[in-house]
Amino acid sequence: MILDLPRFVAAEQAYWSELEAILDRIESDAGAGMTLDQMERFHYLYERSSADLARMATFSAEAEAREHVESLVARAYGEIHSTRERRKRPRPLHWFFTTFPGTVRRHARLLWIAVAITLLGCAFGGVAVWRDPDSKAVIMPFSGLEGNPAERVAKEEKGPNDQLRGHRASFSAQLMTHNIRVSIATFSLGITWGAGTAVVLFYNGVTLGAVSADYVRAGQTEFLLGWLLPHGVIEIPAILIAGQAGLLLASALIGWGRRTTRRERLRAIGGDLVTLVSGVAVMLVWAGLVEAFLSQYHRPVVPYSLKIGFGVAELILLVLFLGRSGRSEAAR
Amino acid sequence: MSRCSRTIEIETPEGVRFSLLLAGPLVRFVAWLIDTAAVIGISQAIGRLLPLAGVISADIVQASTVILYFAVSIGYGITLEWRWRGQTIGKRLLRLRVMDEQGLHLRVTQVVIRNLMRAVDAAPAFYMTGGLACLLSAKARRLGDLAAGTIVVRNPKLPHPDLAQLLEGKFNSMLAYDHLVRRLRQHASPEAAGIAIQALVRRDQFAPDARVEVFHEIAEYFRSLAEFPEEAVGQITDEQYVRNVVEILAGRMRRPATSS
Repeated sequence: MILDLPRFVAAEQAYWSELEAILDRIESDAGAGMTLDQMERFHYLYERSSADLARMATFSAEAEAREHVESLVARAYGEIHSTRERRKRPRPLHWFFTTFPGTVRRHARLLWIAVAITLLGCAFGGVAVWRDPDSKAVIMPFSGLEGNPAERVAKEEKGPNDQLRGHRASFSAQLMTHNIRVSIATFSLGITWGAGTAVVLFYNGVTLGAVSADYVRAGQTEFLLGWLLPHGVIEIPAILIAGQAGLLLASALIGWGRRTTRRERLRAIGGDLVTLVSGVAVMLVWAGLVEAFLSQYHRPVVPYSLKIGFGVAELILLVLFLGRSGRSEAAR
Repeated sequence: MSRCSRTIEIETPEGVRFSLLLAGPLVRFVAWLIDTAAVIGISQAIGRLLPLAGVISADIVQASTVILYFAVSIGYGITLEWRWRGQTIGKRLLRLRVMDEQGLHLRVTQVVIRNLMRAVDAAPAFYMTGGLACLLSAKARRLGDLAAGTIVVRNPKLPHPDLAQLLEGKFNSMLAYDHLVRRLRQHASPEAAGIAIQALVRRDQFAPDARVEVFHEIAEYFRSLAEFPEEAVGQITDEQYVRNVVEILAGRMRRPATSS
């Protein structure tokens, strides 16, 4: 089809400019609303420009004119055909006590896989240090753990850690942010079809197993439990749930035996991924506070029995929370 | 989806096809540099304001600084892309926009996922993994875009079409031959017409020799489609010949044989 281009452009220019002005306004102000009349006009301009674009597909002149209308139609298409989520009143308590544990339970199989990988790492690290204590130099994540456990315990029990005096809040903040970064990395590495997530989980397990074996071997089991349990019973499950999110991402990428497209699978799990990672962040804030303000105090300041009891109580509550919380509401 | 031109084609329910220009890794990297500068600026502003609260406790101030810096570095992209419909300061300046890969608006989960995935894309340094993925991906996507189902498009400011400068003016001797005009219009492809118009628009940018050569080649092509008699085209330059052809293709037929 050959058009009288100058006449066509002159006739339609006003409509394109009007559409462009509306789009500029909408795009610069996300909260901008429209009256029914404005919406009808916007829709009319979009359809008219779409029709212009269809006619111009066979234009034998002026590629720039077509590109101009095409860019307008593309921008308007996103506005017209998208359905933004209806704005809901934020319900953080409902989200934390119902949505989050429900999401963990819904993908429990992947959580168990994360637990299995970590336990495998624990066994590897534990056996390695138990049989060859010199391997600590290779396995331990930082040099502070390479020394003799009995010497460290004796030093810690001499008095409270003065290095942290006046810095506990900032120490806690650093623990929180570091652990959340590790969790985000654990989740993100799911994009490597889960291999990266599995490596992080396994390495965490190796470290945990090695430290545990080292302290048990040195006869410092009570100190170990008093030191690790208060924050570890929250921190370690949090990393496991981050691993669960990474494996969920990986399973959507791989899509074993599922007939849906990769795009559909990824779209379906988007909300669950965000819920899991956000829940992990909340757990790690708590773990950071406990680690800075409780775990670093030892006998005689805080009796080990109290710290171990606190850790066990947290663990029971966590298991109840992840296993039971929100079940009744979900069943309704 | 055209790999060479880095565009993605979308067909609307109305049956109209349009293409979106995908943003390449280089322009995205520049946008990231601008955003990084913005994050540093915001963090430093916070760092200067917080000590004012130091009367409470230096430890609390230090903890707040650590947490706020972390929140800004993670939350900057998430907040702005959600509030500004797929744009941050850097993307806005470079006219980039994050969109759903089907050309629709972003959902909040997509924004969060693509920003959290920066942990992998940024590794080992300067977004090397993301940049490599962007180069290799058919839709120029980093890993975060792949996981979130998003693309980054470029909306360059396109000028309004203006043909007046091309078609005004001179007498078109070819219009007198109606049957040849129709043949030319029937056989000329849109691509060839586009090249002719672009050559006219940019004629002043050519070096003199190149200008003569370019218009000669274009004129030869159109001559091969429809052979006008010598008395109509014998006295005009190749450039005028191309101008006459463009006028014909733009639709001006049956014009009186006088100068306008």
